[in-house]
Parts: sequence; C-alpha cells; structure tokens
Amino acid sequence: MKTQEMICIRCPMGCQLTVTQDENGYSVTGNTCRRGEEYGIQEMRCPMRVVTSSVKVTGGQRPVCSVKTAQAVPKSEIGAVLGEIAALRPSAPIHIGDVLAGDIAHTGVALIATAND
Amino acid sequence: MLVKKYDVAVIGGGPAGLAAALSAKEREPGLTVAVIERDKALGGILQQCIHNGFGLHYFGEELTGPEYANRFIERIKGSGVDVYLDTMVLELTPERRVVCVSAANGLMAIDAGAVVLAMGCRERTRGALNIPGTRPAGVYTAGCAQRLVNMEGLMPGKKVLILGSGDIGLIMARRLTWEGAKVVLVAEIMPYSSGLNRNIVQCLVDNGIPLKFNHTVTNIIGKERVEAVTVAEVDPRTRLPITGTEQTYECDTLLLSVGLLPENELTSAAGIDIDPVTNGAVVDETRQTSLAGVFACGNVLHVHDLVDNVSDEATLAGRAAAEYASGQASRQQTYAVKGVNGVRYTVPQRVHAGLDGKTDIYFRVGNAYRPATAVVRCGDTVIAKRRKQIMTPGEMEKITIDAALVTGDLTVGLEEVNPS
Ligand SMILES: Cc1cc2nc3c(=O)[nH]c(=O)nc-3n(C[C@H](O)[C@H](O)[C@H](O)COP(=O)(O)OP(=O)(O)OC[C@H]3O[C@@H](n4cnc5c(N)ncnc54)[C@H](O)[C@@H]3O)c2cc1C
Ligand code: SF4
Repeated sequence: MKTQEMICIRCPMGCQLTVTQDENGYSVTGNTCRRGEEYGIQEMRCPMRVVTSSVKVTGGQRPVCSVKTAQAVPKSEIGAVLGEIAALRPSAPIHIGDVLAGDIAHTGVALIATAND
Repeated sequence: MLVKKYDVAVIGGGPAGLAAALSAKEREPGLTVAVIERDKALGGILQQCIHNGFGLHYFGEELTGPEYANRFIERIKGSGVDVYLDTMVLELTPERRVVCVSAANGLMAIDAGAVVLAMGCRERTRGALNIPGTRPAGVYTAGCAQRLVNMEGLMPGKKVLILGSGDIGLIMARRLTWEGAKVVLVAEIMPYSSGLNRNIVQCLVDNGIPLKFNHTVTNIIGKERVEAVTVAEVDPRTRLPITGTEQTYECDTLLLSVGLLPENELTSAAGIDIDPVTNGAVVDETRQTSLAGVFACGNVLHVHDLVDNVSDEATLAGRAAAEYASGQASRQQTYAVKGVNGVRYTVPQRVHAGLDGKTDIYFRVGNAYRPATAVVRCGDTVIAKRRKQIMTPGEMEKITIDAALVTGDLTVGLEEVNPS
C-alpha cells in the first residue's frame, strides 16, 4: 500500500488530499467534492495542467495575444507546448476562442486565443 | 464645463464596475447608467491576468482573466449602459457630482442619483517597504511585470528573485519560468503565504522554485542594474532580520509582491468613512458607504482573492444603487459588525435591522488556525456558527446570518481554535 499527500488544485479551496494505492486501485480522502477525487487519481497516474501563455501577433493592436490549451495537457509535455507557442506568429484579427493550433505539440489538444487582438 | 445627469454613475470599468452597472440596469431598466473608465478599454486588471482559474464559482467553468472580463463586456454592449473610456475621475463631491476629464469631452461633470465606487486597488511599492541599498533598474512590482510580459510581450529580466508570496508573485514566478527566465527564490517574511495553496502547488512546486518563509530582502546590490539581492531570515516574533543569516543571490531582477492597497483617494476626499484595517470604505450589507447614495464594491472596498466574489459583491452594490436612485432606500436603523478574537475585519461593517432573508458577512483572520470555528453573536446570543478545517489570512471567509436575528450590534470571532 502506498499513500501520497497532495493539495487539490481544481478550485481555490485547495483541499488537502491523501491518495492511497492498493490492489483495488486508488482511493482518495480529504476531498470536498468529486473533482478532488478525480484530481487525486489523475495526479498519481499522469499529472495534467492547462497551459496559459501568449503569442506574438503580426499586425495587431497589441504586440501579443493571450492563449490557453483548450484542455489540460500532460505535465511532462508543458515544455514542448511552450516551445511551439513561442514559434507561432498568427496575424490579426484574432478573436476569443479562435483555434491557433489544432494539435499543439502532438498532445491532441487545441491552442485557443483568450483575448481579442 | 459640460454637465450631464445620470441616475447611476459607476467609477471604474473593471469587473466590479461592469457587474454593478449591469445589476443596476437589470434592477431598474428605466434608469440611466454610466460607467467611467480611465483606461482605453474595459476589463480592469483582469486584462493582464492571462492565467486560468477565474469564474469557477460565477460561471461554473475555469476561465482566464481576459475571457472572464469579456463575458461582462459583451453583456454591457447590448445593455443600454453608457460607457466613457479614456475618462479619468478627478473628484466626487458630497452632493454626488462626479468631476472627470477626457480628451474627447474636456472637463465634464456628472450629477448622479447614486454613485458606485469601483476603482480597484494598486500594488504596494518599494517606497512603502523601505528596503535599503542602491536604486538600480530591475526592481518591479509583480503586477507591473505581469503587464510587461502579458500585454507588451517584454521580459523584465533573466534571473529573478521575488519578495512576497502573494498570488500575483506566485503566478509571475511560473509565467517567467515558462518564458525562459530563472526564478532563484521566493522569499516571504511571514511564516505563511498570503497566496492560495493551489498557486503554491501549480506555480512553485510544479516548477521546482524554492519558497522560504520567515525571510526578507535586506539589501539590493548593483549600480545601473540589479546584480544581486541579499536575503536574511527574520525572527518570527519581531519580523526583524537575524544577523548572520544573510545570503546573497545573484539576479538581475527583483519583483515585489507585497500586497495591494485599495485606491481610495476619491473616497477620502469626499469625506467618506474609511476602515483603517481594510483601507476601504465602511459599508452596510448593501455596500452603501457613510455618504448616502454612494456605494462601493470590489477591490476598492477590500482586497479580494477571487474575482467571482468581486462580481457577487458588485451585483449587490449595483442593485442597491438602482434602488436608491429610484427612491426606495431603506430608512431602518443599522448596527455595527465587529471582528473580535482573531478576526481582523468584516465586510460589511454595518447591517440594517428588520430585514428578511440571509446576509453574508465576509471576513479575514489574522493568523493560520486549524481547525477553527467562526461564531457570530448578537449580544450574548449566537446567531451563526461555521467550522472549517483551516482558516488562513490568505483566504477570505464567509459566514451567512439570518437577517431577522439582527437586533443589536454583532461580533464575529473565532472560538475553539488551535493556532498553528
Ligand atoms: C496586478 C494585479 C493582478 C491581479 N491578479 C489577480 C489574479 O490573478 N486573480 C484574481 O482573482 N485576482 C487578481 N487580482 C485581483 C483583481 O484585481 C480582482 O480580482 C479584480 O480585478 C478586482 O476588480 P475591480 O473591478 O475591483 O478592480 P480593477 O480590475 O482594478 O478595476 C478598477 C478599474 O477602475 C479604473 N479606475 C480607477 N480609478 C479611476 C478613476 N479615478 N477614474 C476612472 N477610472 C478609474 C481602473 O482603470 C480599472 O479599470 C489582481 C490585482 C492586481 C492589482
Ligand atoms: S476537492 Fe473539490 S472543493 Fe476541494 S479543492 Fe478539489 S475541487 Fe475544490
């Protein structure tokens, strides 16, 4: 049996979780809601994070436009995702929700604009 | 001078001002409502907060700052609320005349039936802190660095030390790391962080950035540009540096994330009572200040950790402003609400008697307690109780009371606590 303490980051409450692994799989205690249970198990299997950053825009009102991954990507892929974001040079106009890359760093997740420019 | 009349005038077009204006219009669609914003765009400070985590409570989904702001900006567009951009408010008079200036209209006055103050807050700077040493380039507030990176696309430096573990500093530690800088240390003078736990995890722990509690900056080294920063441990009781514990970190940038101050110059000048703890106006449960017909909400009232709470509070203030402007103001007596026993402040600081329904009282504690029970008393009678596993100064707490039970002054205090 293996146990791990962690803080749930799915909402600002920041519950202190204890995740226990035994032959039946994972069990989570200390969570206030179901999302905490999901988080605890996911964190043991493969930690996932949403990446937020900005891209340089050609011809926009502002030099940069903010972006996010539409879903969480594996934590181990964050470096690769940031690398691809840094190389992007979309042109204005850009609207909130525009897809700037369909499959960022082969994660299967889209990169979308979070501001207008 | 151009003089206009509005039923409700909202000063500030950040999340608080936008929610207040929408709520006023919704409550009384016949009223004229104006938002006055000094910037070129609406949205306030959220426009530079490009990380996600906003709106979980208010919209039921995780949004970034600009996305959250945009939801309100889109609603403002079709609402009939008039927006004055690039317009700076210079003065509010006790007669509710709002004096402002813009390139388009020059000096202008708005005579308002009710006013909502929503000017937000600004960051404490080095001057407010008194760090000795030289004054080289490379010292920024965390919010200023946030603006540079996220709005201008510029990096403040390559090797960064951050003083203070407030949320903006934590978010910037990750942002700068992700943009290729090295964050050598986050130093926090207190034994705990004023930021959210989730930000310590996803910003610092995730990126291997060290955080030292009970540590502060004692010297800044460098002539033209920051070359190094000296950090020392502090005595937790006196918070003074302990000689012999100094360590010098090589870096080219020092970020200060040492707290926010409500922007209340207009408020004070209008003679409105200010709470010395929150640095914001003293208000009742409708967020009305000591000056009748003037309401306050958002960070100008007290510093919020979550914009969702700002939107909720602004909705209350906007609705009350509309009611005041249309002559439905409450004439009931108010009683004081006071923080005692570990509770540093409460908002509201006053409540009306003889109301129906529920009233939420927000408060902050002065220390970390686990577990803690907050108790609201009216005289000797307990009228509400709330137990939590942990209460920390970094998180705003809320306790809900039955408004009908208010028959005298209230106290909000901690009982059965374990300071940790
Ligand atoms: C640098 C910084 C970063 C932050 N990051 C986060 C974060 O990551 N997450 C989070 O939840 N909260 C964050 N906050 C807190 C955030 O401010 C609040 O959540 C929220 O934006 C507060 O809304 P507000 O409308 O009260 O203030 P603001 O967003 O500050 O809006 C106030 C508006 O009033 C305008 N104004 C002020 N004075 C005048 C005047 N005299 N005349 C005309 N207009 C005026 C300003 O230009 C501004 O647009 C941050 C705060 C700061 C200062
Ligand atoms: S367990 Fe639920 S309530 Fe607790 S932090 Fe996670 S998401 Fe939030």
